[in-house]
Amino acid sequence: MLPTSPAFKENAARALQEERLQKALARTKPQFHTKRAKAVAALPEFEQIRDIGRDIKNHTLQFLDHYLETWAENVERAGGHVHWCPTAEDARAAVLAICQRVGARIVTKGKSMISEEIALNDYLERHGITPVETDLGEYILQLRHEPPSHIIGPAFHLNREDWEESFRKSHTDLPPDRVFRERRDILTEARTKLRERFLAADVGITGANFLIAETGTSVIVTNEGNGDLTQTLPRVHIVLASIEKVVPTLEDATNMLRLLARSATGQDFSVYTTFSTGPRRPEDPDGPEEYHVILLDNGRSSMLGSPFQDMLRCIRCAACMNHCPVYNVVGGHAYGWVYPGPMGAVLTPTLIGIDQAGHLPNASTFCGRCESVCPVRIPLPRMMRHWREREFERHLTPSFARTNLRLWGFFARHPGLYRLATRAGAALLGWLGKRRGGRFTALPLAGAWTRGRDFPAPEGETFFARYQRLERSHAL
Amino acid sequence: MLQASPNLAKTPRVALFVTCLVDFHRPSVGIAALRLLREAGCHVEVPRAQTCCGQPAYNSGDRATARELGRQIIETFSGYDYVIAPSGSCGGMLRHHLPTLFDDDPNLRARAEALADKCYELVSFLVDVLKIESVGARFSGKLTYHDSCSGLRELGIKDQPRKLLAAQGAEIVEMEDAEVCCGFGGTFCVKYPEISTRMVSDKTANIAATGAPLVLAGDLGCLLNIAGRLKREGRPIAARHVAEVLAGMTETLPPIGETR
Repeated sequence: MLPTSPAFKENAARALQEERLQKALARTKPQFHTKRAKAVAALPEFEQIRDIGRDIKNHTLQFLDHYLETWAENVERAGGHVHWCPTAEDARAAVLAICQRVGARIVTKGKSMISEEIALNDYLERHGITPVETDLGEYILQLRHEPPSHIIGPAFHLNREDWEESFRKSHTDLPPDRVFRERRDILTEARTKLRERFLAADVGITGANFLIAETGTSVIVTNEGNGDLTQTLPRVHIVLASIEKVVPTLEDATNMLRLLARSATGQDFSVYTTFSTGPRRPEDPDGPEEYHVILLDNGRSSMLGSPFQDMLRCIRCAACMNHCPVYNVVGGHAYGWVYPGPMGAVLTPTLIGIDQAGHLPNASTFCGRCESVCPVRIPLPRMMRHWREREFERHLTPSFARTNLRLWGFFARHPGLYRLATRAGAALLGWLGKRRGGRFTALPLAGAWTRGRDFPAPEGETFFARYQRLERSHAL
Repeated sequence: MLQASPNLAKTPRVALFVTCLVDFHRPSVGIAALRLLREAGCHVEVPRAQTCCGQPAYNSGDRATARELGRQIIETFSGYDYVIAPSGSCGGMLRHHLPTLFDDDPNLRARAEALADKCYELVSFLVDVLKIESVGARFSGKLTYHDSCSGLRELGIKDQPRKLLAAQGAEIVEMEDAEVCCGFGGTFCVKYPEISTRMVSDKTANIAATGAPLVLAGDLGCLLNIAGRLKREGRPIAARHVAEVLAGMTETLPPIGETR
């Protein structure tokens, strides 16, 4: 996926004008905020399991090599294969090699953000393999040739009428006079279409919410059951996972699972939580003949030991974007790459470069709501600030802003001069403002402010001028 | 008039951290803070060498300038029992972020930490530290309260202003999403004006829906943004800093963005 992150401002301005998108985004509160708040309130120890979750992840990251090796040994012991892939290119090639070796033509896919990150679908198609998304949201996005706008609700930007429109356009073999009365009608049609694909697939690809070191297990959570059909029906199961997904033990995984669903959708637990360890054993009634894990680094190991290490705790619950007031009005596509919202503002610059993603860590008011809901307490605003520091150091910050900062900084470091300058400025603006009813509808150089709001005029006398005056006249 | 807090063994020596916005834009908020602190039994001084907490630089990635200002703040404010700002944003900067500017300098880091521990936002200081339960001025109107982000999430300011306002006689009508950002965000509001304007429009709609003729907050940044949008929309709703109401200034001081 070619990033449009450099055009964040234009993307956002457009998004703010899109009626359908705004209608969809208005569902965030009932769908995510209220449900999460309710689930959290119902679990008295939630804050405690957040601490435990943070500690589990920190510990694992500290000994990441150890846990990954242990996990890989256990995967191999169970009869699976681990493909260590430093880059996205390596990961794509590894998937393709498996598909080509087994002569795969149709590949079903569960939801996977890693698949988006490495742009797997386009790559497979170019090599004559048909990928079929089986997560309902991903399925419609594939029909519409759109990227996801949200990491757990990929089609969150769409409304019911968009669904109906796309299904009618794509499923031309079905009677055109069929009616879509409710959500169930959409589901039924998708189910019919997907059932054929599940049965025809040669390879099933899923993501992984967690990898468990002590057992060599991969874990996925879904609400639709598509993940299970994807990984058990075909002959080959390929798991796409990044290195930070590993946790030491089953016990640790259960703590993370208790956090994940509550933070994501406000469920106590996802409808399906599926553990996979290796391929089918002789005594198993079903399962794949081959089990592979594509283990992707793609720049993550460079975050270890850096100010961005805490980001590797992320469990992709999307609570940060659900609660982000910026994401809530511009939606995920404005961010211009795979990972939107606050977690994307930190992660995307690592993966595609700060020169490409420079807007993202800046497009935040630092309101801190993301950090306040993050299940593993990632200090997201702090890390966005780190990116701003990197931009400033590399002179990526716009020169107008740099000049203003330098000028302001000079005065702020010289209180005497600062007093004089502010006194003059406040007096002028105060005097002008009084003639305009206490506010300005336009001001030179302040168009960015006054396009959308009036600029309240200052009182006219600075605090320090007034304080001095009152002190002298003993009026304080 | 109020009694000095019985919880204090001696009269605390308090430095008022005026904040750059109060200094430039609305000095009455600083005067209000001064009065409230004095009424609560503090000896208040206003160090002359202060300018700004450094957030514009700190949040723009200009760490060097933020450090310089941080050093200046340490020099200026270390000698007091408390440092009080009529702002949750500047209060949060002093209390939580200032020490992180000196991670590589143990000496300054220690001094910054010692200072940070003494820094408070005005209203939370009155309620949490001085244990003030009511102020002298009465106010018997309907109002709604916007929880500024830094004050709320970095300093835990939520009930303190409501408690004092209720004790004054105010009727507080809670708005929907009082805890959601107004879209000011320092330089954010001019870097991403379209997004900021949309956020503040959502805020003013929520304010208007309460039917209250007055909105209060504890941070001038949010208030300039909110008042500016209210005026642009032509809504007859006044915006004020909470300290103005607590100090009984509403009769003499026009609301933000008005001349009366």
